Amino acid sequence: MRVVGIETSCDETGVAIYDSARGLLAHALHSQVALHAEYGGVVPELASRDHVRKVLPLLRQVMNQADTRPDDIGGVAYTAGPGLAGALLVGAAVGRSLAWAWGVPAVAVHHMEGHLLAPMLEDDPPAFPFVALLVSGGHTQLVRVDGVGRYTILGESLDDAAGEAFDKTAKLLGLGYPGGPALARLAQRGDPKRFHFPRPMTNRPGLDFSFSGLKTFAVNSLQMQGGDDQTRADIARAFQDAVVDTLAIKCRRALQQTGLERLVVSGGVSANTALRERLGRIAGEEGAQVFYPRLEFCTDNGAMIAYAGCRRVQAGQAEPLAFFATPRWPLDVLAPP
Amino acid sequence: MKLLAIDTSTEACSAALLISGEVRERHEIAPREHARLILPMLESLLAEAGLKLSQLDALAFGCGPGGFTGVRIATGVIQGLAFGADLPVAPVSSLAALAQGTYRETGAQQILSAIDARISEVYWGAYRAGDAGHVTLEGDETVCAPQHVPLPVGADWFGAGSGWAAYETALQTRLGGAAYTCDGQRYPRAYDVALLGAGIYQRGLAVSAEQVLPVYLRDEVAWKKSR
Ligand SMILES: Nc1ncnc2c1ncn2[C@@H]1O[C@H](COP(=O)(O)OP(=O)(O)O)[C@@H](O)[C@H]1O
Ligand SMILES: [Mg+2]
Repeated sequence: MRVVGIETSCDETGVAIYDSARGLLAHALHSQVALHAEYGGVVPELASRDHVRKVLPLLRQVMNQADTRPDDIGGVAYTAGPGLAGALLVGAAVGRSLAWAWGVPAVAVHHMEGHLLAPMLEDDPPAFPFVALLVSGGHTQLVRVDGVGRYTILGESLDDAAGEAFDKTAKLLGLGYPGGPALARLAQRGDPKRFHFPRPMTNRPGLDFSFSGLKTFAVNSLQMQGGDDQTRADIARAFQDAVVDTLAIKCRRALQQTGLERLVVSGGVSANTALRERLGRIAGEEGAQVFYPRLEFCTDNGAMIAYAGCRRVQAGQAEPLAFFATPRWPLDVLAPP
Repeated sequence: MKLLAIDTSTEACSAALLISGEVRERHEIAPREHARLILPMLESLLAEAGLKLSQLDALAFGCGPGGFTGVRIATGVIQGLAFGADLPVAPVSSLAALAQGTYRETGAQQILSAIDARISEVYWGAYRAGDAGHVTLEGDETVCAPQHVPLPVGADWFGAGSGWAAYETALQTRLGGAAYTCDGQRYPRAYDVALLGAGIYQRGLAVSAEQVLPVYLRDEVAWKKSR
C-alpha cells in the first residue's frame, strides 16, 4: 500500500510517499529556515503562508519521482499536531481534502510519533520494544515504545527543550538562528577544562530534564570572562558537554530501569556528533544497540509521517471528514491503530 | 454547468453547489469551526444531488481577504480537492461575494463591502451591479483604517459586512452620509462565490490546483516573534 505523508507542523514543508512493500519511494522537503532567520525565530504567520505555497508543488514532485498515479495511492497522512496551529491546519486541510477526493482513508499523525518511528525507514530498523530519546527544538522526551501507538513517557523536559537550549545559547554567543549546528561547530575548538556547567537534575532519581538554567551559566561566564573568540568557543564546549552528559546519564538510567536493549535517538539534536559518540559509548557499556534515522530524517520531514500514516492506514484507521489541528497533543494519549 | 463553492473567510462557514444556474447552500455562523464543518457540508450537498466530485466542471472558493486562518483553510481544502479530482478553480474575492449577496438579497445596486480586519482596520471594496447580474469592482480592494477608506463616487451606497458592525460611526463620518443604509450582519457566502465563480470559469479565467493561493491584502503585518 502506498501512502502520501504531509508535514507542516513548524518551519519545514515535507511531502513523501511510502510503500509498505517497497519502502520509501520519494520525499521532498522545503525548509523555511532562511525565511525566519532575520526574525531570530519562527514567525507563525509567515510559516503558514509559506506552507500553503509549497505543499502542492512538493506533492507533484514526489508523485513524479515515485512514478505514482492517484490510483496507486491507498491513503493520505498529515501531521495534525503538536505544532503551530495555523501551520498544522494547512497540511490538515490539503491532506484531508486530497484523501476525500481520491476516495482513500486519511490519517492524522502525531508529529512525535513520526520522529519515534523515523528509524524504521532505515535498512536495519529496531525491533519493539525500545527506549526512544526524542531531542528536538520543541521536545526532550524519553519514551518507552512497545509498538505503534504504545508509548509510555519515562521523562521529559520541565522547561526548555534541548534544541531550544542550544538555540538560545547560540544566540547569546552571537551565532544566529537556529544556532544548534553552529554552536556544535564552535564547541570543537573549545577547551573542555576551562568552564564546568552543571548537569541539571542528574544527582537525583528520575528521568526528567531541565535545560533552562544552562543559559544562565553561559550568560554569567560570558559576562565574567568577556566575549573573545576563544572564550566563546570554551563556553560552547562547556554547554554542549553539559547537555550531552545529561542526556547520556538519563539514557543510561532509562535502559537500566526498563531493562531494554535498544535505544532509538531522533529529532534535530540527534544530528549532534558529540551526542552520538557519547550515546554509542554508554549503549556499549549497557549492552544495548543505538538506532538513528539517517541525518536528513532527524529533523522534520514528510517521510516519517508517510511511514507512521501507512502503519495506521494498514491497520484500518481512518479520520472523519471533519479535520483538526491539535497544537498541544501529549504523546502518551495515542492508542495503537 | 456544475460547480462546488466554499467560503470560510469570516465567522461564517458555507458551501454551495451550483447546477445549471440553480444553487443549493449550507451556511452556518461558526467562528473557528470551519475545519470541522466544511467537508461534511460539501459531502451532504453532493449526496443530495447524487453527484461525485469527478462529475463537476469546476470548484470556486472565497480566496480572501478575511481571517488569515479561515482563508487558508479554504485554500488548502480547494487545493486538495482540485489536485485530487483534477478540477479547475475559480478564485472569488470574499469582498465581491459579500457585495453579490447584498445585491442578490436587497437589490442594492452600489455596495461598499467592509470586512473587519482587526487592529482597527477594514478590508474594503466598492462594487456596482453589472449587466450579467454580477457585481463588478470599482477601483481597488484595500485594507486601511475606516477613517481612510477611498471615497466612492456618487451617492446611494449600501454598506455591507462586519466592518460596518465594528466601525459604523467612523465609516459614516468618513463617507459624509453617502452610505445611508448599512447591514453589519452580512457575510460572504458560498452561494455568491458559486455565482461569481461560474462567471470566472465561463470567461476562461479558472486556474489549476497549484495556482490556488490566498489573497491576504495585509502583507506588512508587524510580524511578531514566537520565541
Ligand atoms: N548538530 C546539532 N547540535 C545541536 N543541536 C542541533 C544540531 N542540529 C540541529 N540541532 C537543533 O535541532 C533543532 C531542530 O530540530 P527539529 O527536529 O526540526 O525540531 P522541531 O521540529 O522541534 O523544531 C534546533 O533546535 C537545532 O538547533
Ligand atoms: Mg520536529
